[in-house]
Amino acid sequence: MWEYTDKLKDHFLNPRNVGEIEDADGVGEEGSIACGDALKLSFKLDENKKIKEARFKTFGCASAIATASALTEMLKGKSLEEAEKITNQDIVDYLGGLPPEKMHCSVMGRQALDRAISNYKGVPKEAIEGQIVCECFGVTDKEIEKAVRENNLTTIEEVTNFTKAGGGCGNCHDAIQEIIDRLRTKGESKPAGKPKLTNIQKIRMIEESLEREIRPSLRKDGGDIELVDVVGNRVLVATRGACATCHASQQTIKNFVELKLKELVTPELVVEEVIE
Amino acid sequence: MKTVYLDNNATTQVAPEVLEVMLPYFSQLYGNPSSMHSFGGQVGRTIRQAREQVASLIGATGDEIIFTSCGTESDNAAIRSALHAYPDKRHIVTSRVEHPAIRSLVSHLGGQGYRVTEIPVDNLGRFDMDRYRVSLTPDTAIVSLMWANNETGVLFPVEEAAEIAKSKGVLFHTDAVQAVGKIPIDMKKSSIDMLSLSGHKLHAPKGIGALYVRKGTKFSTFLIGGHQEKGRRGGTENTASIVGLGKACELAAQNMQLENTKVKQLRDKLENGLLNSVPNSRVNGDRSYRLPNTTSISFEYVEGEAILLMLDEFHICASSGSACTSGSLQPSHVLRAMGVPFTMAHGSIRFSLSIYNKEDEIDFVLDKVPGVIEKLRGLSPYWNVSEMVCAAG
Repeated sequence: MWEYTDKLKDHFLNPRNVGEIEDADGVGEEGSIACGDALKLSFKLDENKKIKEARFKTFGCASAIATASALTEMLKGKSLEEAEKITNQDIVDYLGGLPPEKMHCSVMGRQALDRAISNYKGVPKEAIEGQIVCECFGVTDKEIEKAVRENNLTTIEEVTNFTKAGGGCGNCHDAIQEIIDRLRTKGESKPAGKPKLTNIQKIRMIEESLEREIRPSLRKDGGDIELVDVVGNRVLVATRGACATCHASQQTIKNFVELKLKELVTPELVVEEVIE
Repeated sequence: MKTVYLDNNATTQVAPEVLEVMLPYFSQLYGNPSSMHSFGGQVGRTIRQAREQVASLIGATGDEIIFTSCGTESDNAAIRSALHAYPDKRHIVTSRVEHPAIRSLVSHLGGQGYRVTEIPVDNLGRFDMDRYRVSLTPDTAIVSLMWANNETGVLFPVEEAAEIAKSKGVLFHTDAVQAVGKIPIDMKKSSIDMLSLSGHKLHAPKGIGALYVRKGTKFSTFLIGGHQEKGRRGGTENTASIVGLGKACELAAQNMQLENTKVKQLRDKLENGLLNSVPNSRVNGDRSYRLPNTTSISFEYVEGEAILLMLDEFHICASSGSACTSGSLQPSHVLRAMGVPFTMAHGSIRFSLSIYNKEDEIDFVLDKVPGVIEKLRGLSPYWNVSEMVCAAG
């Protein structure tokens, strides 16, 4: 029998915030019935862009249900920026601990939250995935890398406990080991070896990223953005529509547009707004 | 709150009569049965009696019984003995749904150069006799098939399989840990060469088992040591437990009828009651050919560990073939071998009864389970009311 904390048992037997929000601002799903656990998380923001309500539905074991319940409680009253900072370890701490074999439940909560926030921001699913490493449980290299980094994992067994990857046929063990080795030898440094972009490549990627990842979510709020010029690593943009008159547009440009472009194109980019 | 124990395939309570005969061997009757003095010798006599009691339950003779520490040891001793006895033969035949005691052992031997054939089962957990027949070759050292499956209770036609093995000159072992005491077994009329049984599955204590080895079968000692068990298993006898196992076997023979009447009726009541009261539920395994005490029921769209922990709140003890209960990540190999769909496999619960269960306990479980499933389905993203309407209509 698992050693579950009283708090975990309480959240399992009396789960908080069960259900789905009909007009949710963000919805994220993680896991599948084949994997043995799945979570659907939805949240609603208030007028100050803080999470007013978070709800969940879970198929899974006691710890899967309890971590989802705990996560919805933790999310309440948080801004999305604060919510994004919640790690799977925070969820574990909130419950007073999880058996090692059950750590993947907390990671599932963290991933569903990622997806719900991406869904709110209008980032298509494909953009946050990666290459499937574990075919049995559909775990990507990105998910494994994130779990290894955030929890300092050093063995395949630990990766399995946190992400389920490698828990089925075992064919991906070598690939998991490679990821561990790569992250351990490189420490926290960004994956090197990315070829330097030519200016034309850079501009094309910036344009694509704006079109695919950034414009859709700005347009949802009645705003838009246009690329004016690229000078070295300076990306000059002009705001349009609601963004042009919005006093928070500077923040949007720094916290959303710039972050996205750094992630998708190259980390050196700086985004600046030009007033025409 | 009273405990309702429906996990008798995991382990059973020690029968009060068994405990009673054991107690003196923890106190005044502490002699070593190998000693020359009569103080030890009297213990030797009760061990001989226990050996006869065990033999009698399965239609064997006393000298065909070797006491071991557990079912796992019996299985290891049987298979390794066969491989030693026929060092030129490098092939083992077994099934896909064996207990880990066999499964892990043959997989280990597979890594040491033995060829292993695992005979599949169909979606009702039934043994594929045709595949089995053609799997036996002159290179086959031993066949090991379980008599009754621990998860579903489904029986294998081991008598017929043993006949076939015998006709091809292959040794046949059966892991009968779940079957002994629940269904009639008569080795006099059988071609089975070796049979494993375990005390704690039939109301004897944990830590005692036995291996039946047919007279004339080549046997190579697994635990090498003193002359105990005629040199076939060294180590000072676990006297109290051996005496207890003897008594438990005597009781099992007396209660066999009860297993197939009272226990079976209670199991059927529980099973039919749950199928009727919980939509989208089904039985795993062949209902027409299985142990009288076992039912494996799957509740779709919910997960087994969660069910067990909610039942635990009512002090109802059962077990699950779900992934999460075992710490592994996939549902049990038995349910996977049967091709049980994932939606069902994760929500499987095994209830296994004993002669000590009472009807009011079954009523209590029938009262509590539907609410637990409903509560968990209320949390499940895969469950919606429309499906329930479909299932009901």
